[in-house]
Amino acid sequence: MNFCAIRVIYKFEMLRTWNTILQSVLSPVISTSLYFVVFGAAIGSRIEQIEGVSYGTFIVPGLMMLSLLTQSIANASFGIFFPRFTGTIYEIMSAPVSAFEILVGYVGAAATKSLIIGLIILATAGFFVPLEIAHPVWMGAFLVLTCISFALFGFIIGIWASNFEKLQLIPLLVITPLVFLGGSFYSVSMLPPAWQTITLFNPVVYLISGFRWSFFEVSDVSVGISLMMICLFLAACLILVWWMFKTGYRLKE
Amino acid sequence: MKPIISVSDLCKTYSDGHVALKRVDLDIMPGEILALLGPNGAGKTTLISIICGIVSASSGSVSVGGHDIVSGYRSTRAMIGLVPQELTLGAFDRVRNTVSFSRGLFGKKPDPAYVEQVLRDLSLFDKKDSEVRILSGGMKRRVLIAKALSHEPRILFLDEPTAGVDVELRQDMWQIIRRLRDSGVTIILTTHYIDEAEEIADRVGVINNGELLVVDDKLELMRKLGKKELHIELREPITRIPDSLARHGLVSSPDGREVTYTYDIRSDSTGITDLLQDLKSAGLTLKDLNTAQSSLEEIFVNLVKNKP
Repeated sequence: MNFCAIRVIYKFEMLRTWNTILQSVLSPVISTSLYFVVFGAAIGSRIEQIEGVSYGTFIVPGLMMLSLLTQSIANASFGIFFPRFTGTIYEIMSAPVSAFEILVGYVGAAATKSLIIGLIILATAGFFVPLEIAHPVWMGAFLVLTCISFALFGFIIGIWASNFEKLQLIPLLVITPLVFLGGSFYSVSMLPPAWQTITLFNPVVYLISGFRWSFFEVSDVSVGISLMMICLFLAACLILVWWMFKTGYRLKE
Repeated sequence: MKPIISVSDLCKTYSDGHVALKRVDLDIMPGEILALLGPNGAGKTTLISIICGIVSASSGSVSVGGHDIVSGYRSTRAMIGLVPQELTLGAFDRVRNTVSFSRGLFGKKPDPAYVEQVLRDLSLFDKKDSEVRILSGGMKRRVLIAKALSHEPRILFLDEPTAGVDVELRQDMWQIIRRLRDSGVTIILTTHYIDEAEEIADRVGVINNGELLVVDDKLELMRKLGKKELHIELREPITRIPDSLARHGLVSSPDGREVTYTYDIRSDSTGITDLLQDLKSAGLTLKDLNTAQSSLEEIFVNLVKNKP
């Protein structure tokens, strides 16, 4: 195992984060604050409690997921796309590193960054609404699993994308709608029955539901199914990455 | 001596159907400087890229230091440093950081003293904390060399190292390369400048259209291919070359007004004196004489042109 390589990839990816600290940290803090001001205070004050939780508090897990998903994908996809774009990928490909080591370096750094952002958002939310976490260990587990899975997904996008437009395509056209329609700002039970069934095809529903359960012990689907879905997603991403390295897809062409 | 790199029956066809390498066989000896000559698109970079692990071969095999480049990629890649043709550097990297990054990537523990020495050797130490994007093209090239040397490789590949660099840097670069060779590093460089190959290489390989046309000792190659021609214009045209001149291997022009004698400039005896005496004995009167040396460029072009 080339630990030195994992260490330098991780370190340099994190260094990129510190170099753009304002953009990396301040922007999620500001956008979360805005959500709380608009949804929590302005609109939320006129919305009744959902399953015994005030609306402002209810949206915290969904808001965190929104940022975690988009940030994990953006960090990891950019992390691997940029060396491909500039051509510096030659060095990674010619180094004595395995696919697994490359993955741990890039995905680990992207997941770490989104984890930090997630925790910052949680702390920011604490300023606006009262927060109590029923199952902190499960909350942590969901947080870490989500960050890793979606960083992995971002890594796949970063290898697949052949230009900057494609890099933005899936986060913009697929992920953002799925998160907004996945119950970030509402409970699935608030939807008409037909839509409740349709919405169960949205994988993000399971993420948000499980994550919300760890906060308030209320969920749209059972927590076991949530956990299983996220593990399935993680496994699918791992298989796809394995295939990409095995065939050299977009890397050795 | 066993070759440090052994390329056997190597073929590469890209997904768009372009055949980049056709059954290439090549042995590279430890400690030598091998120059791969070839026009743009000849397959030089593909060959290097396969050996370094950047491109997958379609068929054939390559071993480096006795290890297969696929099954033993960790061992083979750890031995190799690569300086790519393009000035590919991360825009926001700083010189020392990017060199340290390369060292770590190749599995070497941090060694600030060694990195500092590499930077000093390449006259980069003053720029160690500069962002690479503000450096000149020549300095960027030095950074790429520093990155390639950061993990103390036994083999160094330089892909078109002097493309777009000024004379001073070029001379510096040859000095660096000689120094590395003296320390036992095997060096393979690609170029399409023949004078470069002549100046620095021990052996020269000519590659065109994916085929390795020739690989030989540089001096041997120059001796074989470096011919000079003496054009002799005659006052009276001849219909055939007199028998007494047959041993000189003269070639007559179609109108019989000129004969051409080809000789080896590097040999002690060019045979010109004998030829002139024989011409006089044969009763031929000379009108004019001129010599033309086929430049290395021309030799190379001829070699490349003569193969489909």
